[in-house]
Amino acid sequence: MSVLLQQLANGVMQGALIALIALGYTMVYGIIQLINFAHGEVFMVASYGGLATFTLLPDDLKKSPAVALPLMFVGGIVVAVVVAVIMERFAYRPLRNAPRLAPLITALGVSVFLQEAVRVFYPNAKSNLPYPNVFPEGNLSLGPVNISWTGVLLVVLSVGLAVILQTYINRSRMGRAMRATAQDPDTAKLMGVNPDRVIVLTFILGAVLAGVAGILYGGFLGNINIDMGFQNGIFAFTAAVLGGVGSIRGAVIGAFIIGLIKTLAGQYMPGGTQYDYVWIFVVLILVLVFRPQGLFGEPERVRA
Amino acid sequence: MRKHSVKSAAIVGATLLVVAACGSNKNEGGTAGGSCDTSKGTLTVGVVAPLSGNLSALGLGIKQSAELAVDEANKKCTVKGYKLNVSAQDDEANPAKGAQAATKLSTDPNVVGVVGTLNSSVAQTVQPILKEKKIPQVSPANTNPTLTRGNDFLTAPKRQFDNYFRVCTTDDLQGPYAGNYLVEKAGKKKIAIITDGKTYGEGLAAELSKQVAKKGGTIVGSEKVGEKDTDFSGVISKIKALAPEAVYYGGEYPVAGPLSKQMASAGLNVPLMGGDGIFDGKYIELGGKEGDLATSVGAPTESLATAKAFVDAYKAKFGKEDYAAYGAFSYDAANAIIGALAKTVDGAAWDESKRDSMLTNVGSYSGSGATGEVKFDQYGDSTNKVLTVYQVTSGKWKDVQTGEFTG
Repeated sequence: MSVLLQQLANGVMQGALIALIALGYTMVYGIIQLINFAHGEVFMVASYGGLATFTLLPDDLKKSPAVALPLMFVGGIVVAVVVAVIMERFAYRPLRNAPRLAPLITALGVSVFLQEAVRVFYPNAKSNLPYPNVFPEGNLSLGPVNISWTGVLLVVLSVGLAVILQTYINRSRMGRAMRATAQDPDTAKLMGVNPDRVIVLTFILGAVLAGVAGILYGGFLGNINIDMGFQNGIFAFTAAVLGGVGSIRGAVIGAFIIGLIKTLAGQYMPGGTQYDYVWIFVVLILVLVFRPQGLFGEPERVRA
Repeated sequence: MRKHSVKSAAIVGATLLVVAACGSNKNEGGTAGGSCDTSKGTLTVGVVAPLSGNLSALGLGIKQSAELAVDEANKKCTVKGYKLNVSAQDDEANPAKGAQAATKLSTDPNVVGVVGTLNSSVAQTVQPILKEKKIPQVSPANTNPTLTRGNDFLTAPKRQFDNYFRVCTTDDLQGPYAGNYLVEKAGKKKIAIITDGKTYGEGLAAELSKQVAKKGGTIVGSEKVGEKDTDFSGVISKIKALAPEAVYYGGEYPVAGPLSKQMASAGLNVPLMGGDGIFDGKYIELGGKEGDLATSVGAPTESLATAKAFVDAYKAKFGKEDYAAYGAFSYDAANAIIGALAKTVDGAAWDESKRDSMLTNVGSYSGSGATGEVKFDQYGDSTNKVLTVYQVTSGKWKDVQTGEFTG
């Protein structure tokens, strides 16, 4: 029983991380129908941005987590947002009216470009880099279940930010503009919505969430490498598809489902942890066969 | 349109130039031998090792140590009439990349031998390519026994490649040696195994398991993790429920370090032990904790009288002591190739017809190197079977036991 509870907790934490990234995929898809494969790399550069921020801090600030940690978040998010905005402006905007395959291939290119750029230009990025110890130490113990405080922070931030995002999109003026652009860009333009601004904002929001995820990932696991964006990006993309691409709620729930399948299948299915990825994609295939639009996908209605 | 294609052709051309420039850069290494007779030209010692990627700390140690050996040979005019250089190829710890690297080296008639690889899995693809051209390969680090003696290495050993040699010992000794230490010295009877599914880790863990059972210990469970995995919470929770007294990891430090750290934070406070693949300072940097154990091949480099000259020369040349786990072995491997080459050439000119006698000369090579006596047995394995157990003590690997496996 205690093993089951612990594995559930592990799954929720993995799901929370994937959810933060998946939101970026789903929002961008909702607005411009682009699967932004470079989004995983935005998450990765944010992690390196946070690490760089920490490295640049004066020594006395490094020792006080209360100052260093928020600064790392700021640094990581700024890097992520800058990269996302540049990416949108120079890689995707020129292709806005091109056939859909063109921006998709471009996204793959941007992904490889960012990975290699970090590898070449970040000092020692050729191998894993240890992440600084500025996160709250220790565990939250609930009976037999141990959850690290970083894990708690991860879950709280992930769910909290998803709720805020959903509210923002549903309630604010800009959110309404986003939904309008998603439904019909041309009519939205006639109503005075500036699609360029809306699209940039979507990329920025996705980057902020990926930035938060990047820093937490480093703190949660203790080290980062340039492959982290690709691998977690694939999971996040899968989560978005599972939940229904374009749906905020779907992406978050899809992410938690993936996290839980991974840990529970590793524990209880034959083959154990060796085959945990297999089960994730088995479930994805089943969902797509019986519900091609994903669990919460409503292709004809509100997206974004 | 026309302008366009001219422009893109120019870009392609420029890119090719850059690539070519990068390629030729890699061939530097080994400086000119002062006043030796080098009238017959230049011969090349190839190196195949991971120079980028997660295992690059080990790979660079291998490359630079080979360069040191070549440098010294040039200064001492070891090979008459020739200057030697090093051509280091990056295999990224990837068997497919290793095959490309080996192919590139094997098409060069001036490559006299290859030092490498680091990974046993990469060696499997490199061996046949070099064998085709009869180029001797001397590995400083491959410990999987099947590479020299085939799948039935214990019961019916059979030499696999007559061009393949290694200067380190093998996992059929390393695994059991670790097993003995865990059960008898450290008193750990219940051991959980985690592997990364690669040739090296699987073989090592299998040999360890047999010995643990023989000595009265139990393997309580065994799990696999992906080489690129980073979150091990699922595996750790599963293992923790089995209450092991120690965890043995078959694989390398990029996974082992974070794994050890995550074990501790999940409340599984038992030592993690691994083989030579986790024996690197980077393991501790990435989260390896106090009390963790590793076996490695050979005696501790710092403690060997024969190694001191190597360490001093390495420091003088590179300014740092980053020769890593296999530096001394790599230095010896390169010297075995150079020694055999000197005997093969012996004042005459090198050509590809000499490859047969080159192979014979590597096989019969005997010298005193940085790791002790360097000699090969009938399978190409090293006659040096020494192993050492290390433990993380105050943030550093410290040797706790050196010896040979005796059963």
